[in-house]
Amino acid sequence: MSTVTTDPHAHAEHEHHGPAKGLKRWLYTTNHKDIGTLYLLFSLLMFFIGGAMAMVIRAELFQPGLQIVEPNFFNQMTTVHGLIMVFGAVMPAFTGLANWLIPMMIGAPDMALPRMNNWSFWILPFAFSILLASLFMEGGGPSFGWTFYAPLSTTYSNDSTALFVFSVHIMGISSIMGAINVIVTIMNLRAPGMTYMKMPLFVWTWFITAYLLIAVMPVLAGVVTMVLTDKYFGTSFFDAAGGGDPVLFQHIFWFFGHPEVYIMILPAFGIISSIVPTFSRKPLFGYASMVYATSSIALLSFLVWAHHMFTTGMPVAAELFFMYCTMLIAVPTGVKVFNWVATMWRGAMTFEVPMMFSLAFIVLFTIGGFSGLMLAITPADFQYHDTYFVVAHFHYVLVTGAIFSIMAAAYYWLPKWTGHMYDETLGQWHFWCSLISVNVLFFPMHFVGLAGMPRRIPDYALQFADFNALISIGGFAFGLSQLLFVWLVVKCIKGGEKATDQVWEGAEGLEWTIASPAPYHSFTTPPEIK
Amino acid sequence: MSDKYEHYYVPEQSPWPIVGAVALFMIAFGAGNYVNEVTKDQPGYGGYLLLAGIATLIFMLVGWFRNVIDESMNGLYSKQMDRSFRQCMSWFIFSEVMFFAAFFGALFYARMIAIPWLDGASNNASTAAVLWPAFEAAWPLLKTPGGTETQAMPWQGLPLYNTIILLISSVTLHFAHTGLEQNKRGQLKLMLGLTILLGSVFLYLQGVEYVYAYQELGLKLDSGIYGNTFFLLTGFHGLHVTLGAVFLLVMFLRIVLKNHFTAHKHFAFQAAAWYWHFVDVVWLCLFVFVYVL
Repeated sequence: MSTVTTDPHAHAEHEHHGPAKGLKRWLYTTNHKDIGTLYLLFSLLMFFIGGAMAMVIRAELFQPGLQIVEPNFFNQMTTVHGLIMVFGAVMPAFTGLANWLIPMMIGAPDMALPRMNNWSFWILPFAFSILLASLFMEGGGPSFGWTFYAPLSTTYSNDSTALFVFSVHIMGISSIMGAINVIVTIMNLRAPGMTYMKMPLFVWTWFITAYLLIAVMPVLAGVVTMVLTDKYFGTSFFDAAGGGDPVLFQHIFWFFGHPEVYIMILPAFGIISSIVPTFSRKPLFGYASMVYATSSIALLSFLVWAHHMFTTGMPVAAELFFMYCTMLIAVPTGVKVFNWVATMWRGAMTFEVPMMFSLAFIVLFTIGGFSGLMLAITPADFQYHDTYFVVAHFHYVLVTGAIFSIMAAAYYWLPKWTGHMYDETLGQWHFWCSLISVNVLFFPMHFVGLAGMPRRIPDYALQFADFNALISIGGFAFGLSQLLFVWLVVKCIKGGEKATDQVWEGAEGLEWTIASPAPYHSFTTPPEIK
Repeated sequence: MSDKYEHYYVPEQSPWPIVGAVALFMIAFGAGNYVNEVTKDQPGYGGYLLLAGIATLIFMLVGWFRNVIDESMNGLYSKQMDRSFRQCMSWFIFSEVMFFAAFFGALFYARMIAIPWLDGASNNASTAAVLWPAFEAAWPLLKTPGGTETQAMPWQGLPLYNTIILLISSVTLHFAHTGLEQNKRGQLKLMLGLTILLGSVFLYLQGVEYVYAYQELGLKLDSGIYGNTFFLLTGFHGLHVTLGAVFLLVMFLRIVLKNHFTAHKHFAFQAAAWYWHFVDVVWLCLFVFVYVL
């Protein structure tokens, strides 16, 4: 047997030194860094496609009345904008970061199942091609909102629904495989001495995120399947005439959907917990409490789904239960914000772009958290439900929360990925333009929402006109500001000041011990963790 | 741990993932079109694309697993690699549990909440009086609010036999596993073959039961929430039994034709066994909550 063994092994060792050439490298790759890059670039592309749809929405809402697009097309834009940003931009960006960083952070040779890793990625471009192609079919694409509530997605939907369902199925397969890979990598491939409580927080938060993904993506698959059979095969899961209930849809959907929103924010917590200590030049305050807070948020996320459904006529006992559980989440989240602030307390702080985005994250995500608390109060939610206040809330959480953390991460680790420092001036421009425009964009939504402007409607009453014009201007400015980021990334890949291995003065962790740019295979033999 | 660690096998480039992604694309795009074509009786290419996708997926699985088996036989896999596979399979089964949980959730919600509410329970008295005055809550729901009627599938007879068959198949599979561990290859082959046979009988009887439901009981997929949950739960379970049986059949062929697996190294067999036991447990829940109660 030994003669058999040596051959392929030696061959494998030989091939391991560098990447293959050309397109094959990207199609056939098993390298976590290649796959991470693919995820990140794909997510950036989707961010702009989804962003272009948001621009269409804001152009239509610039003035009251219908001027640019048909209402049906407007609905397709809101739907596909949401789907793309959730499943195409934010989630793949975090998966890309996980791919790039987790093996380097825990001292692993690669992800645990490298081929499956590549499969997870390559499903995504196909899934989104199907979704985008459905926009061009007769009758248009999905137009029932990204939450695809029944009966909008069953009785009243168009022919593209089947394509929507199957594209969500394969996206789900991709996410589940990606999450299994992350969780197995973390459980099984940590370097000797890297105990669970020594893992960087980004690894911890992804560990918990992966668990959430494996638990809820199959539930999404189940609910889209029921939508499919209800629409095409005569079942009545969501139809009272057959003994079902449209509210059942919302229960199953939000059982997936609420953990899903934590899937999109827990890795962000990990990123901020990596960046704040570096630029404060102090260790993270309350490491253990961060781990416990993240775990409690994840557990609570399974018990709060019906706070999206307070106006569906649930019994009062259920409304109270979900209200209190939801408000309970403020406790571990408060612990996190406290710890970040305490980390900065009396630190020797500097304000490079990653730190600026992190600081903006802490402030603006907290605003999103506060509006979330307002929405959690059942009687108040009766007023806010389905208004622009909700839109303001989740965009504060997802844009100034998730997206800002992704930006912060990109700036923070770009020198490690490319070997070059990015252009700090350009980065600051990008940050300040984004920060100002994003608040012009989303902050007035609170006011129009409280005043009663409903979401997902292409027209509005005249009294909302001024604020909406302002919101649209903020939207266009925010969209344009992101072009600065693309320019900056291209510049950074092409060249720039050579980055040191540690890159940032205060940076700690295994990824900063290896060269910049990180070699194709970082740890062929595991480092010893003391 | 550290000495094992150096040998963690990271495969080189592999063409199979991209083939698999193309296969899933064909399946999703084909199925999406086929569903529209078949429900509207239009001609189209969706069905062919779907079949081509499934064929590509099978081609991919064969090629991919052949590589993995070769690597394993050549001793490239360490203990740590084995743990990765085991953990991967466990998490995959957990995801399957959650998939069934969605459908069980729908069943429980319909039984405990939706149907009583349609009859006026909780604070829905006026809803029932205005919208569905003639409706009476019951489970199995034999007459829907809309008026569709059906008959209930009894648990005695076929379903009970099927339960016993599937339970015995789990026992035979266990003995196949002990046979493998104790190097009794004869017992392994016999018991594994028996398991696959029992699985096939189960699937056959399930088919008979479906025909009986459609022809004799008028219990159909579109017979309201009772028929919906009955067919989707048993149908997805049947699909999983089919996959599990194919999985076991591949193991059987590897054992009989190639003499694969040893007493200490048999992850693939173990994974197939886990999957089969999982499918069995799902059936027990199904039998209790869909048939008996």
